[in-house]
Amino acid sequence: MKTVAPAQWAGLGLVIALAVIPLLVRNNYQIFILILIAVDTILTVGLSLVMGYAGQVSLGHATFFGVGAYATALLSARFGWPPALALPAAAGLTALAGYLLGVPIFRLRGHYLAMATLGLNVIFILILKNEAEVTGGPSGFTDIPPLALGGLTFDSDVKMYYLVWAVTLGVLWLSLNVVNSRVGRALRAIHASEVAAEALGVDANAYKLKVFAMAAGFAGLAGGLYAQAIHFISPSSFDVLVSIELVTMAAVGGLASVWGSIFGAATVVLLAQFIRDRMGVLLAGASGEQEIIVFGLLLVVIMVFLPEGLTVGGLRVLRAWPITRRLRAARDQT
Amino acid sequence: MSDTLLQARQIYKAFGGVQAVTGVDLAIQRGEIFALIGPNGAGKTTTFNVISGTHALDQGEVIFDGHAIHGQAAHRIAALGLVRTFQNLQIFGTLTVLENVMVGRHMHTRTGFVTAALRWPGVRAEERETRARAQAYLKVVGLDGRADEPAGSLPFGQQRLLEIARALAAEPKLLMLDEPAAGLTRPEIDALNSLIRRIQAEGVTIVLVEHDMNLVMGLANRVAVLHYGRKLADGTPAEVQADERVIGAYLGVGWDAAPAYA
Ligand SMILES: Nc1ncnc2c1ncn2[C@@H]1O[C@H](COP(=O)(O)OP(=O)(O)OP(=O)(O)O)[C@@H](O)[C@H]1O
Ligand SMILES: [Mg+2]
Repeated sequence: MKTVAPAQWAGLGLVIALAVIPLLVRNNYQIFILILIAVDTILTVGLSLVMGYAGQVSLGHATFFGVGAYATALLSARFGWPPALALPAAAGLTALAGYLLGVPIFRLRGHYLAMATLGLNVIFILILKNEAEVTGGPSGFTDIPPLALGGLTFDSDVKMYYLVWAVTLGVLWLSLNVVNSRVGRALRAIHASEVAAEALGVDANAYKLKVFAMAAGFAGLAGGLYAQAIHFISPSSFDVLVSIELVTMAAVGGLASVWGSIFGAATVVLLAQFIRDRMGVLLAGASGEQEIIVFGLLLVVIMVFLPEGLTVGGLRVLRAWPITRRLRAARDQT
Repeated sequence: MSDTLLQARQIYKAFGGVQAVTGVDLAIQRGEIFALIGPNGAGKTTTFNVISGTHALDQGEVIFDGHAIHGQAAHRIAALGLVRTFQNLQIFGTLTVLENVMVGRHMHTRTGFVTAALRWPGVRAEERETRARAQAYLKVVGLDGRADEPAGSLPFGQQRLLEIARALAAEPKLLMLDEPAAGLTRPEIDALNSLIRRIQAEGVTIVLVEHDMNLVMGLANRVAVLHYGRKLADGTPAEVQADERVIGAYLGVGWDAAPAYA
């Protein structure tokens, strides 16, 4: 119980910081980057529930991001639903899609599971590109209406910033509650030893399906918010490279860490921005590939040296460092 | 209610070409301690695996407490009250010692995804109660002092005890222990001996796989001997120890002078 207070202070500090940032940052582009970080945080939290807690690899999480984005776009722009209704409906549909797709997918394990989720993402992109009449094809879907609640229309970046971060904090709260419960324990137990969890009555398959559906629902929500924030979506925002980026975010954040998701998302979004802005000059002619090379390398380095992720693993390494150990010993003596 | 808690008839299990269990029949009576013994590779663990649903069996039927459980998923069999431990420890190493036992309470608690996510009324009370009960089960095996340590950091012998505590927390009707004494020191084995007696006294039926013959012959009400996947003999400890085939295949002469684990 002792650890609760600092976490609550950190949470409060975060909320205050998030509330005042738009007052300090007047640059719309930077606000937009912060919106992206929030969207990616929602995606990363879900992925870390699936990968870090339940231990099930998913290399196709961007699929559900895309399902949510396109469902929101279609429901609001094509079928004329109010955007405020299209968003939760899209999230619900995406959760359902996650559950149903999970049924065949979770018959597989390990590398096969990784390949199947990757394949799912590839097929999804093919559908987006080929079903142009519905999806707009490779050039995408435009004129997605902004969200409106009552008299308030979220038509500026700052308004959207507050909305997306409010939703993100809600998602973090829900996730923390799940993680610190009977359900979170069951998920971690499945990760540690599926046979033992089953032998104690945990229906491992049901838990995998439900956590996958929950993560898909979050991703659908993130997709809908993303579509409503930028009013335009195209297949490249949801392809396998994005899935790999999401895995990198989860790994940087510490796979089994809810708070770490913000850190992972922020690090990767800012790094990607930096690469796009600066490296293009160094590597003339290169486009998206340089990013994926950097993230691929980052992912490999983290997985090899800090398998618990950058935050958790980094803290462990820091604690084990001779200097920190001596400092602590000195502190404990006094 | 019949006196037979578990009845296995003509169970078979092969791995590729290896016939691990061949037409074994077992009948476990309510309240007894039943020991399954035999040389390495005789098929004891495989028998556990196919009865508990950890592995699917090839043929045969298993009736537990009036339910046909062959072909059922392990978690369903557990829900009927059949809980087992593992010879090759299956501790949740990344969870704390207490959390391991709390997972043992899984079947007796209800919080699901939605109620947990929304902190539904009652979730916190259930969590508190689960914690308290888990702590009590830790006390039964003497691990209550290490509740908050990562389970993976416990020494081997204590991990075995933790597996037993975790299984007890599930409140089984039938507890199946696969080599609980393996790797334990002599004092630890003595403590295990009295622990198993206490569990039996609580009304739990026990199936025990063990190589430590002093422990087995002292505890068991009945013993079955497996050899190359077949049942060689069964009966009271005295009957089995007197059986020529058992002596030839497994016990040898003067087994009691050389316990399997020093
Ligand atoms: N998962 C498996 N895959 C392949 N072969 C297996 C598997 N499990 C057991 N076997 C084989 O089945 C036979 C019976 O093994 P089992 O583990 O049931 O024996 P045991 O009586 O428990 O032995 P021990 O006393 O060494 O634990 C052995 O030949 C073993 O190699
Ligand atoms: Mg064995």
